[in-house]
Amino acid sequence: MNKTLMSGNHVIGEASIRAGCHFYAGYPITPQNELTEYMSEHMRSNEGRVFIQAESEISAINMIAGAAAAGARVMTSSSSPGMSLKQEGISSMAACELPGVIVNIMRGGPGLGNIRPAQGDYFQATRGGGHGDYRTIVLAPATCQELADLTMDAFDFADKYRTPVMILADGMMGQMMEPVIFKKPTPRQYPEKFMLRGAGTGKSKFIRALLLDPIDAEEHNWKLARKYEVITKNETLCEEYNVEDADMVIVAYGTSARIAKGAIKRLRDNGMKVGLFRPITLWPFPEQKLRALSAKIKNFFVFELSTGQMLDDVRLALQGYAHIDFHGRPGGAVPTPAELTNVIARVYNKND
Amino acid sequence: MVKIVSKKPNSLKEKIFHYCPGCGHSIVHRLVAEVFDELDIRGIAIGVPPAGCAVLAYNYFDIDMVEAPHGRATAMAAAIKRVLPDRMVFSYQGDGDLAAIGIAESLHAANRGDNITVIFINNAVYGMTGGQMAPTTLLNQRTTTSPAGRHKTLDGYPLKVSEIFSQLQGTTYIERCAVSSPATVNKTKKAIKKAFQCQKDGLGFSLVEILSACPTNWKMNSIDSVQWIDDVLCKEYPPGVFKDETAARKLAEASS
Repeated sequence: MNKTLMSGNHVIGEASIRAGCHFYAGYPITPQNELTEYMSEHMRSNEGRVFIQAESEISAINMIAGAAAAGARVMTSSSSPGMSLKQEGISSMAACELPGVIVNIMRGGPGLGNIRPAQGDYFQATRGGGHGDYRTIVLAPATCQELADLTMDAFDFADKYRTPVMILADGMMGQMMEPVIFKKPTPRQYPEKFMLRGAGTGKSKFIRALLLDPIDAEEHNWKLARKYEVITKNETLCEEYNVEDADMVIVAYGTSARIAKGAIKRLRDNGMKVGLFRPITLWPFPEQKLRALSAKIKNFFVFELSTGQMLDDVRLALQGYAHIDFHGRPGGAVPTPAELTNVIARVYNKND
Repeated sequence: MVKIVSKKPNSLKEKIFHYCPGCGHSIVHRLVAEVFDELDIRGIAIGVPPAGCAVLAYNYFDIDMVEAPHGRATAMAAAIKRVLPDRMVFSYQGDGDLAAIGIAESLHAANRGDNITVIFINNAVYGMTGGQMAPTTLLNQRTTTSPAGRHKTLDGYPLKVSEIFSQLQGTTYIERCAVSSPATVNKTKKAIKKAFQCQKDGLGFSLVEILSACPTNWKMNSIDSVQWIDDVLCKEYPPGVFKDETAARKLAEASS
């Protein structure tokens, strides 16, 4: 198989097209514009596929909701401020059980913030983000190869569980170039009964989440909750790196995990036994696997490009069984592996 | 020999409307359903109702429907039509839904010339939430959020949707009607039929604005309400065809 050198944003676009994305709507925002541009060029050259540059992120998310209801494989993308606007539609898609892929190439926040890589949208992504009791599956790739693989997987997750799936990356992931191999996508399995195609001569259908009777609405909420339990049980993904002999484990995802790996090499060169636990699904969070590590490892070090958000999930997973240190760089500041090495070395020696 | 002079349209379900006595929604629902029967498009119709009194439209229309968040019906309808170009796709929206929170989605779908039909109910008030001021509320009209009457310098002016949309190059057919008497109801049905025919012929964006009574929130009885449509509402919002490029576009299509 041929390796292709591509930027992260283009990788997501190409992987989505290969996975059969039929409808894409987006709105310009840095640092994800290359993805929207890629889709504009490659969707319209594919017979029957639809690209719309929407008038806002709100419109874009509701367009993909409509297209999903009509039975299409759908995707939209944005960056942090735009994701805030999309929350209405994400809540609606989760409630109406419409499948779709939503890409967030995170940048510095809050507010307009800046266009540098950041991880400040972890809470928004993993806690539902919009109103009401719902969750979205959140995938956090750390390489361009993973962007390719997880983008394809995201469509399958969305169909399998009839729910919106988010790819949570950042400006670094979107802009960097790496060689990738595109795997063969699995054929789509999505029953026609969930699509609105016109009633024909048969019974008409409707898709809705307005349930004025609170007992009906409660049952719908529990139905969604049961689905999320199944996802939590079956679909957690993570990577463990150099944990076998480690006496300290860094917990980091996406770009921070890449920086952490660089730091681990330097720390080990200096005799410090440090490993990495990298959640690939942020929701569901791989808490069982992380807790299992705490049986023999008593020091964890959470590193995020935020003031500490995944930190909460690490605390919940470890339940006080291990000591946790934290280092955060919010607002678009990205430390080098050498800088992170110095921070971790100080903590390592203090805990030792 | 029994001659049927009136019957329930096939595109309506066997359900009693929940709408208030004198409300225009019931009439418009029926008109849309009659048009579906006459154009024989019930089986290929997909509708997007609003947030508002007609949010439960899927309880009445016997066609495929999907709900939209408040104001986003045209965004969803445009997307559905792009995915399924041979289906008949429409949104059904009130004045708060279309002209306030959803003005961007509606205007841009119109400006893109998406080949959908919009049924736009203008009753100059937010109905479902209890009679607040809408973008279409008249100057000096009392509502629960303009208790002293809509004030032009504090609240702005009534929004003229048909006038605005007819200026957009993407739109093909824009008409304003009323459901205030048998004559205006018949006229409204003709406009709805023309709008769906426009879509069926692939001619582009069509919108029918319908001045419709809300006796409950206008604090009037049904008879006074329809009288108020004719005497007052129609002065601010004159009925008529604001744009009809169906013939021109058909010709252009035939010659291209």
